Amino acid sequence: MNGLVLASAGNVLVWIVWVVAAFSCLASGVAVISFSNAFYSALALIGNLASLAVMYLLLSAEFVAAAQVLVYAGAVVVMFLFVIAYVGPRRETPWSGGPGWQTVAAVCAAGALLVEIVVAVGMQASGTLSPESNVGATFGTPAWIGRVFLTDHLFAFEITSVVLLVAAVGGVILGAHTRRTDPGIITPAPTREAEREPEPEVVH
Amino acid sequence: MAGPDVAWYLAVAAFLFGIGALGVLIRRNTLVVLLSLELMLNAGNLALIALSRHWHNGAGQIFALAVMAVAASEVCVGLGLVVALNRRDLSLDVDRLSELRG
Repeated sequence: MNGLVLASAGNVLVWIVWVVAAFSCLASGVAVISFSNAFYSALALIGNLASLAVMYLLLSAEFVAAAQVLVYAGAVVVMFLFVIAYVGPRRETPWSGGPGWQTVAAVCAAGALLVEIVVAVGMQASGTLSPESNVGATFGTPAWIGRVFLTDHLFAFEITSVVLLVAAVGGVILGAHTRRTDPGIITPAPTREAEREPEPEVVH
Repeated sequence: MAGPDVAWYLAVAAFLFGIGALGVLIRRNTLVVLLSLELMLNAGNLALIALSRHWHNGAGQIFALAVMAVAASEVCVGLGLVVALNRRDLSLDVDRLSELRG
């Protein structure tokens, strides 16, 4: 009897954590697409990533949760913030600018996509999505992930590293200074920061 | 510890994907489009991990980690493009970037 009460209390606790995580995940997702300042959008993405990490922990994917926080909040969002700060303030009003039918069409398309996903998943998985059972204690731990990665999925692991390397080289090449070279003379790229107008550009 | 069903996680993933798709369609700033792409990729990750837990199959988690690496690569190249655009004083408006030659 006492164990039953404890178990139901644990259930309620898990549900509370899940509801908070899911709500903040969706709310910060809406915040990402509705802030007019891209800097705030990137900051809202951190909240989204953190709440997703909480849900990964509830799904007993501990290593993925840690990797999520490290890779996204540690690297991706920081890179975003640096680039947004480098590009400078460009304000944009999300729900206006451009023809109105475009906004309506975008909302309709996104809604149709959502309905399609829900219908497809529901039809495919109705009945088979039974209440989850217990998994082993090692499921999702770093040791387990490491063993699986270096035995069963070794090729994917290596290919992933090659993809990351190629993307890093490509990013550096894209972002590098383009020097205009006269025959024999190498002139540095002209600095355009001085010519740029300081006030924020309005993007419509 | 029986928490919510996997269907609840899939519902959250579907809504997050819808929000990301809406952001990609509705925003004009290239940076925000990239952020919305991140939302969509994360929704896919959430569905992968939920189903991996459901089927007791670790391949979903491995795939989620691979998706994370691909997302990092995409951000790397995308932000490189943004920096290159900004250096040439081009607009970051996706509606105006209709010609690849700029």
